[in-house]
Amino acid sequence: MKGRRRPRLSFVWLQACSGCEISLLNSGERLPDLLNKVEIVYFPLLMDRKCGGEGEFDLPEADVGFVSGSVSSDEHLTLLYALRRRCRTLVSFGTCATHGGIPALRNRWSAEATLETVFPGTPGQPTLPAEVPALLDRVYSVDEKVRVDFCLPGCPPHPETIAAVIETLVTGEQPRLPGKSVCETCPTIRTGEMHRTVRRFLNNAEYNSEEPVERMRCLLEQGLLCMGPVTVGGCGGPATPLCVQARVPCRGCYGPVRSEGNQLLDMLNVLASHGVDHRSIVDRQSLLRFSGAHGLLRSVRKTEGVVLMSEKGNKKSS
Amino acid sequence: MTQVITIHPVTRIEGNARIDIQLDAAGEVCDARVGISSLRGFEQFVVGLPAEEIPRIVTRICGICPWMHHLAAAKAVDACFGASLPPAGHLLRELCQVLAHIHDKILHFFFLGAPDFLIERDADYSVRNIMGLVQQQPELAARVVRMRQLGQVMLERLAGKAIHPVAAVAGGFARPLGKSERESLYLDGQQLLDFACFALEFAKKEVFPQFLEVFAPVGAITTGFLGTVDQYGHLRLYDGTLRLMHPDGRVEEFAAPAYEQVLAEEVVTWSTAKVVYAGSWGEGLSLDPASPKGVYRVNTLARINVCDQIATPRAQVELEEFRSRFGRPAQHSLLYHWARLIELVYACERVLELLGDERIVDPVVRAPVTPQAGRGVGHVEAPRGTLIHDYTTDENGCITRANLIVGTTHNIAPMNVSVRRTAASCIQAGRVDDEILNRIEMAVRAYDP
Repeated sequence: MKGRRRPRLSFVWLQACSGCEISLLNSGERLPDLLNKVEIVYFPLLMDRKCGGEGEFDLPEADVGFVSGSVSSDEHLTLLYALRRRCRTLVSFGTCATHGGIPALRNRWSAEATLETVFPGTPGQPTLPAEVPALLDRVYSVDEKVRVDFCLPGCPPHPETIAAVIETLVTGEQPRLPGKSVCETCPTIRTGEMHRTVRRFLNNAEYNSEEPVERMRCLLEQGLLCMGPVTVGGCGGPATPLCVQARVPCRGCYGPVRSEGNQLLDMLNVLASHGVDHRSIVDRQSLLRFSGAHGLLRSVRKTEGVVLMSEKGNKKSS
Repeated sequence: MTQVITIHPVTRIEGNARIDIQLDAAGEVCDARVGISSLRGFEQFVVGLPAEEIPRIVTRICGICPWMHHLAAAKAVDACFGASLPPAGHLLRELCQVLAHIHDKILHFFFLGAPDFLIERDADYSVRNIMGLVQQQPELAARVVRMRQLGQVMLERLAGKAIHPVAAVAGGFARPLGKSERESLYLDGQQLLDFACFALEFAKKEVFPQFLEVFAPVGAITTGFLGTVDQYGHLRLYDGTLRLMHPDGRVEEFAAPAYEQVLAEEVVTWSTAKVVYAGSWGEGLSLDPASPKGVYRVNTLARINVCDQIATPRAQVELEEFRSRFGRPAQHSLLYHWARLIELVYACERVLELLGDERIVDPVVRAPVTPQAGRGVGHVEAPRGTLIHDYTTDENGCITRANLIVGTTHNIAPMNVSVRRTAASCIQAGRVDDEILNRIEMAVRAYDP
């Protein structure tokens, strides 16, 4: 990508909330400079350019394509294929794209069950919107459908990380992506003594509000479910993880430390190895709250109206 | 033979929307639809989860206004669990909410809306955006970018995450505000208020005079309005009573938990978002621009219309000027942008008011809660309009049913009416060009979906 012309960037969103794009805008002082270094050729949140939409998308050619959101309708799939064809380097932008994110929570039910709940139907009314894109059987991450060159995790990714990744791609270098766990970037005090059960977050953690976060005891050791050990860090940039700054335990929004890791199994391992009773967790399925793509979270059967969940490794929670 | 003109995706808005305009054999507009094309199913996948976790999940409905979903959900969960918050819990939540409104209004006016007004109308698509603004008016753009980010940075200092927040918890707030933190936030808040006043003066001089004349036909319709007021009829964003105003000016007030007695929802074929209308008017729903039925609007213009006054001084002066020019209720859709900047001034003034309240630094910020069976309805005024979260829990405090009505959903009906009206006035004999299509999109951008 070295040379005379500015690199062409495309931003496409699928099943997304636009948080990733807003995070890019949060790079502040750096933003105007960044916008001047590249040529953005497609970015529906910020600029006009139509790409059609009946079966085929006519996206402009780009050097780097950023795709946020997960793949959950046939229209997303068509758009993603078009983007892959039209860009040289494809970046999975944010946790929905890398691991399914919150939208993949729907994988605990069939598409039909979701539609029935959202559109229960009333007498004399159409029960479903018929002229909208069809839902896929489940929600997929981007790499399940096309080849991906880089995964930039985060819900949303930190502005400095996004800016740094764009800058390295502009110069043709390999971007450095977060690799440490949340725990490795967390300054709270760990003693090795764990609570034997996991409690719900119904009271605030114990800490002295006059003291900095470095003086607070590790939230997991306090018996709160904190996904720090099994979640990739970087949400606070170089600073303390953001939820911990708010004195709130991590819920795993950056996805697993290794991209093929399984946050549920890894977390159960962490708890078991410290002698913590994992049955005290009210909703074990929530350990995959942000990483339910790749078939990890899926609907299996209905028992008396209660939907159970299975995850890789044939473990069943009930 | 009929022809369909499709605008897809609608750009410079938040979310996935498309417009389909139907022309008859003579090339005149016979129908137009604006629909939301993406379905996630939050009502389904929160079922079974512990209610106290929901405020951290529903933030992903929108990355621009995650605070609004976070807070409406937290209030609904409080109600399910019968929690009674300490004053600092409410004050800190409201402080976060108004800060989030500030970033959103700057984003919406300058990044999404203003390129239509500040950059020549025949300019190419490649410059009619914030990047074009950076090139054409670098000083203004730099200040806009800086001020929008300041609101976000203040939120991070106060609450950790600004996007997809976590600090509002069942029963209150996760951490108290320190006294020195309060002082530094106050200084930053004053900067934001200065900017808000500048932005409104700038827009009144450079933007509004031209656009009200040139774009007069864009989306001009007559509807009712819905917003939140306090017991004195003052504009409120965080809490209060819902006030629904009929197009003829009469009003009815109701508490959020009674929403189902006043508002009705209907599934339509072309949108994953249901259409909401004023069922209490007893006239049903019609999207015919000549005589819309059951149609009311939410968001900035609606709130400015339904309130009797604004309880902060600068914003009240602006409201009086607005009313003297446009009357009450003002109906012109592009006045959403003007109302947006009045609300920006209000939000900045409210930041300073909240930070000036001694109770906000009280270390007691959260009441312990006990999971229980119950039903709770939480509501806030989001930038895009009245937001309602309605949950039912079982005896373990896990969700058994959820219903959400988001700001955009209320505005689906009026957006359809506006788009059809605009399309009919701009398209003759089947002739369309980019400028016409953009004007039709402007009718959507005013509402801020």
